[in-house]
Amino acid sequence: MGGARRHPEGGQVVSCAALAMGLVAVFLAGCGGYLSQADGTPRVMIRVEGSDTMVNIAQAWAEEYHRQQPGVVVQVLGGGSGVGIASLIDGNCDMANSSRQMKPEEIADTQSSRGSRAVEHVVGFDAMGIYVHPTNPITGISIPELAAIFVEHPAITRWSQLGVTMPVGVPDTIIRVSRQNSSGTYSYFREHVLGKGYDMGLGSLDANGSKDAVALVSRTPCAIGYSGMGYATPGVKMVPVARQVGQPWIEPSVENAKSGAYPITRPLLIYTVGDPVGAVGAYMQWIMAEDGQEIVRQLGYVPVK
Amino acid sequence: MSADPVNTRDRPTLRRLAAVPAGCRGLTEPLIEWLIRICGWSAILFVAAIFFFVLREAAPMLFGKLDLVEFFTSTDWQPTSEVRQRYGILALLVGTLHVSLLAMAIAVPLGLGAAVYISEFSRGRTRETLKITIELLAAIPSIVWGFIAYMVLGPLIIRVTGAPVGVNLFNGSVVLALMSVPIIVSVGEDALKAVPDAYREAALAMGASRWEVIVRVLFPAAKNGLLAAVLLGIGRAIGETMAVLMATGHAVLIPRSLFDPVRTLTATIASELGEAVKGGDHYRVLFVIGLVLFAVTFVVNFVADVVVKGVGSERRA
Repeated sequence: MGGARRHPEGGQVVSCAALAMGLVAVFLAGCGGYLSQADGTPRVMIRVEGSDTMVNIAQAWAEEYHRQQPGVVVQVLGGGSGVGIASLIDGNCDMANSSRQMKPEEIADTQSSRGSRAVEHVVGFDAMGIYVHPTNPITGISIPELAAIFVEHPAITRWSQLGVTMPVGVPDTIIRVSRQNSSGTYSYFREHVLGKGYDMGLGSLDANGSKDAVALVSRTPCAIGYSGMGYATPGVKMVPVARQVGQPWIEPSVENAKSGAYPITRPLLIYTVGDPVGAVGAYMQWIMAEDGQEIVRQLGYVPVK
Repeated sequence: MSADPVNTRDRPTLRRLAAVPAGCRGLTEPLIEWLIRICGWSAILFVAAIFFFVLREAAPMLFGKLDLVEFFTSTDWQPTSEVRQRYGILALLVGTLHVSLLAMAIAVPLGLGAAVYISEFSRGRTRETLKITIELLAAIPSIVWGFIAYMVLGPLIIRVTGAPVGVNLFNGSVVLALMSVPIIVSVGEDALKAVPDAYREAALAMGASRWEVIVRVLFPAAKNGLLAAVLLGIGRAIGETMAVLMATGHAVLIPRSLFDPVRTLTATIASELGEAVKGGDHYRVLFVIGLVLFAVTFVVNFVADVVVKGVGSERRA
């Protein structure tokens, strides 16, 4: 190793160090939530994560808001209500979308790890659709009948028990399409259709997402499943739902959900740590105002006002 | 430096070696030796680290309130119940075994048959085309297989068999078999190719038919490699997640027919871990399932090892 060789290496070390410092600077800037635009104005990043039911709507809000406020970037991730809440607790996102309410232990975790309480915002409503195959002749179903199909040790296992005659070649068996047991949609359905104190029956096809549940029903002629109303496709039929046996069946529509006539309507929630301030606060206000709520309406969900 | 395996007649290499100062070479050699050693040991290190991590996450439940008898003998899987959480994995265990065994029943004959054909019968272009196509098959991502199962195979099964559900045990097994066949073929073909031609020539010279050459000579000679091929296939089948999640129907059920939906251990972890409350009982039980999968893999490998050694000693005796 001659002394003459040292110089170029030394130069490399210096440039490497500069590069590393540059990377660290970029990294720190990213962590702080501020990125620099080409023209030097600061760009604000809001991180949103959570519910699979709400990911479409969150994406639409993010795009429209960015169009109106180019200085703000909203990053939207799905994964499920539980994932979003866990991420909020860990400080990895600013807003957690959720289709279920936070559990007491999650509220306690937020308080202990973020030093502030979790604040719940109702940003819209979702009518939960009951989906069947388009060839299924069923005209309506009641909540107690749904419960008797989906509960543990179900009393109803055949379509004929509901007075439905399936088309020729389609089995009479009811195939239940449910969701994975850790999803927000699953726990909402269990609590509000089956009622507290009941468990969902095993042996259902447990789809891994709102869209998958609908897709599975569209490919299984004797299936019945539940998923957000916004996930309807031409390959499935939504069944009107009655609160009790013998009561009128209510169509799942925005109007019926808004008036409260449709029996399985659930709130769409966003959780923040403390009352939102700054960029997140402005975004939250925008979501609750005219523009944000118009997007809720356009995507087939129910606005708050 | 007398042990250096340098060919003294290889002039370009000698010139290149001579150009590097001796001090540098003295440093480089041990460095590279160590690098290679680290690469070798890292495999063990990673497995140990993963096992430790899974065990750490599972331990509070495994050595705590988890009732192991219920865990292995009950089919009641209600980890998020508000009434009483129940953690019975019997249905998931049975589902995993059913899907894997059935997949192997399809994939092993198909894979070994294809390996024999490519290695012993096909020639020239046919052979090259087959090899490339099968390697391409191995490159298809598992989510694509799942999609095919869901969109194509499922409705087809309903139409042909009249089964109520298209995503079921049969669908899952077929998809897994198709996924493991390329591995079995390429590893199996390598094993058969490694058998010296002298074996084939000697057998043929003694009047053996081609069938006898393959069954009596090639299979025994290549058995370790063929077993490795089958094991890698089983490994893929047991460990596969996304495709089986979509193809099996993901229902907690002990199947009574080929066309009943089932659920596997891996798919359960994949679909539930993301939203399970971190550090909660459900989360930890999913890690206990991870340990069960570790144990299953270990037993499969161990049994294979014993089988290989057992057969070997018989032949020596």
